[in-house]
Amino acid sequence: MKLYEFQAKQIFADYGIKIPRGSVAAKLEEVEKFVKELGSKAVLKAQVLVGGRGKAGGIRVARSVDEAVEIAREMFGKSIKGEIIRKIYVEELLDVKEEWYMSVALDRVEKSFSLIFSTEGGIDIEEIALKSPEKIFKIRIDPRWGLWDYQLRDLFSKARIKQDLWRELMTIAKAIYRILIEKEAELVEINPLGVTEKGLFALDAKITIDDNALFRHRELEALRNFSEGLEGIAEREGMNYVKLDGNIGVIANGAGMAMATMDLIYLEGGRPANFLDIGGGASAEMMKKALEILTKDENVKAIFINIFGGITRCDEIARGLVKAFNELKINVPIILRLSGTNEEEGKRIVLENLKEIEIVETMEEGAKRAVEVARWR
Amino acid sequence: MAIIVDENTKAVVQGITGTQGRFHTERMLKYGTKIICGVTPGKGGSEIFGVPVFDTVSEAVKMGANASVIFVPAPFAADAIMEAADAGIKVIVCITEGIPVHDELKAYLKVKEVKAILIGPNCPGIISPGKCHLGIMPTHVFAEGNVGIASRSGTLTYQIAQNLTKIGIGQSTVLGIGGDRIVGLSFSEVLEMFEKDDETDAIVLIGEIGGRDEERAAEFIKRHISKPVIAYIAGITAPPGKRMGHAGAIIEGGVGSAESKIRALSEAGVKVGKTPREVAELVAKEVKR
Repeated sequence: MKLYEFQAKQIFADYGIKIPRGSVAAKLEEVEKFVKELGSKAVLKAQVLVGGRGKAGGIRVARSVDEAVEIAREMFGKSIKGEIIRKIYVEELLDVKEEWYMSVALDRVEKSFSLIFSTEGGIDIEEIALKSPEKIFKIRIDPRWGLWDYQLRDLFSKARIKQDLWRELMTIAKAIYRILIEKEAELVEINPLGVTEKGLFALDAKITIDDNALFRHRELEALRNFSEGLEGIAEREGMNYVKLDGNIGVIANGAGMAMATMDLIYLEGGRPANFLDIGGGASAEMMKKALEILTKDENVKAIFINIFGGITRCDEIARGLVKAFNELKINVPIILRLSGTNEEEGKRIVLENLKEIEIVETMEEGAKRAVEVARWR
Repeated sequence: MAIIVDENTKAVVQGITGTQGRFHTERMLKYGTKIICGVTPGKGGSEIFGVPVFDTVSEAVKMGANASVIFVPAPFAADAIMEAADAGIKVIVCITEGIPVHDELKAYLKVKEVKAILIGPNCPGIISPGKCHLGIMPTHVFAEGNVGIASRSGTLTYQIAQNLTKIGIGQSTVLGIGGDRIVGLSFSEVLEMFEKDDETDAIVLIGEIGGRDEERAAEFIKRHISKPVIAYIAGITAPPGKRMGHAGAIIEGGVGSAESKIRALSEAGVKVGKTPREVAELVAKEVKR
């Protein structure tokens, strides 16, 4: 679960990290009020969860109240990479001398946590990491021992940080590590970390919480953010759905299987409309809901359902399809591949009840047919 | 021979009294797996399918268990892995999905410390056809033979195993290393075991986007593997930055894309199939049936 900047900044403040003064606004009047409070000068920041907000025009400086209202009017309701802007964070404009970068994260490659630091922070940090890796400093943190002062001193020395900033930087590093551990986050990132006359300020804040650990964090429950649109509906149903821009709907059991199905469609010259994994041992109800989500996507011209029944039973899938056809309005052609446990029974149910569904024997054949059918429509 | 599990494997099922544990214990017993006992804290003294249930793993070890398969719910699963590792179990298979990643990291470090093998978490388990099955796999798609399979995906593994079985190619051992970001075994570790196994003549790797395990395996293959390796990588069409399900499949800033994995493996001399069907065809060229 990703937190919005304003939510993450609240946590930063709770852990003693300095943040610029700011408030979150959902209406123009609020923007106006907050900008006035900040002395008629402010940064307006679109609250979205997708990355690359700055480059997409989601962060703008206003030097008067009128200008702020004008900017806010443009921002509200606009979307960044498909995510609608509903809230704007109105923040004090600081005089920043330098922009640094600091984060702690789960490191799957090193099987540890890692702290990453650079004095060249800001929106181009990923590019810097690729082009000038010598400017990126990293500490491997063994979760058993935690983060120690000497590791940080060593890093500051290598990064040539002036000694008078060591203490403050160390406090920030330890605070974000504590957040990582105590909130069970996967990522806690400050980018940029602003160097000002008044010290170091977290100008932006990113925290990603491990969804699997949320049950232990009642305090974060209220911050739960669901995605927009169909992805949000799927999340609430506990399904793994990602919308893509093609026109062939995909339903499969297992994430690997779903991705392989998408890839086959691509190889046949088609474009998948989505990723949808109904998981292992899916029920008829789950199957119906999966189909319901895909029929809501207007781009979908054909649906390929690819089921390899291991723990999932083919007859249960077939019953889900019958249920879906009884309860929903489905007018998209469906190609079905059913193989494995209770395959015969599943196919019989489909053949007897759903003449409109085309059954194929292999996933390769199914992908080919789905692409052909979508092309005709 | 097979790797990790065989006819000498005597397993304890942790979480044997739960719905999942009970269901799959029955299936594993039917397959001929030696399930010698189960563990559910607080249910010690009872019995399921004639299998005695204990409160702790150390009691299971006293009875002779040398492997464990875990069906414990996610909030308690890491505790179950730690318990098995501490009790001296050397093969730990964790089926459970949805374990908090901080827990997984600690359990991983514990298992490495005691030099045990952890398969999973979030995996379909392991099977050495005809000898032992610890997990939730549809056993009918496998056959005894000489191809080893290591995979990050469940269903896709069954699909490829079935394709092989249908053309008369059986498997020595098939295992899902798990779909989570932190899993017990790397592809390289499994490759090394298959390389040393007399019964394995060719190795199939089934990978997917995310992480660097396939790239590292490619480096390892160049230096240490003499047997033919055939691979499949899912996720060519997965967009960057999106997590495809709760599997570990996520492209992190361009690293770990399907393209980068396919390139690395091809450069290491691995034949990469474009479709699951093509994987079976490539294997057929390398091994005697």
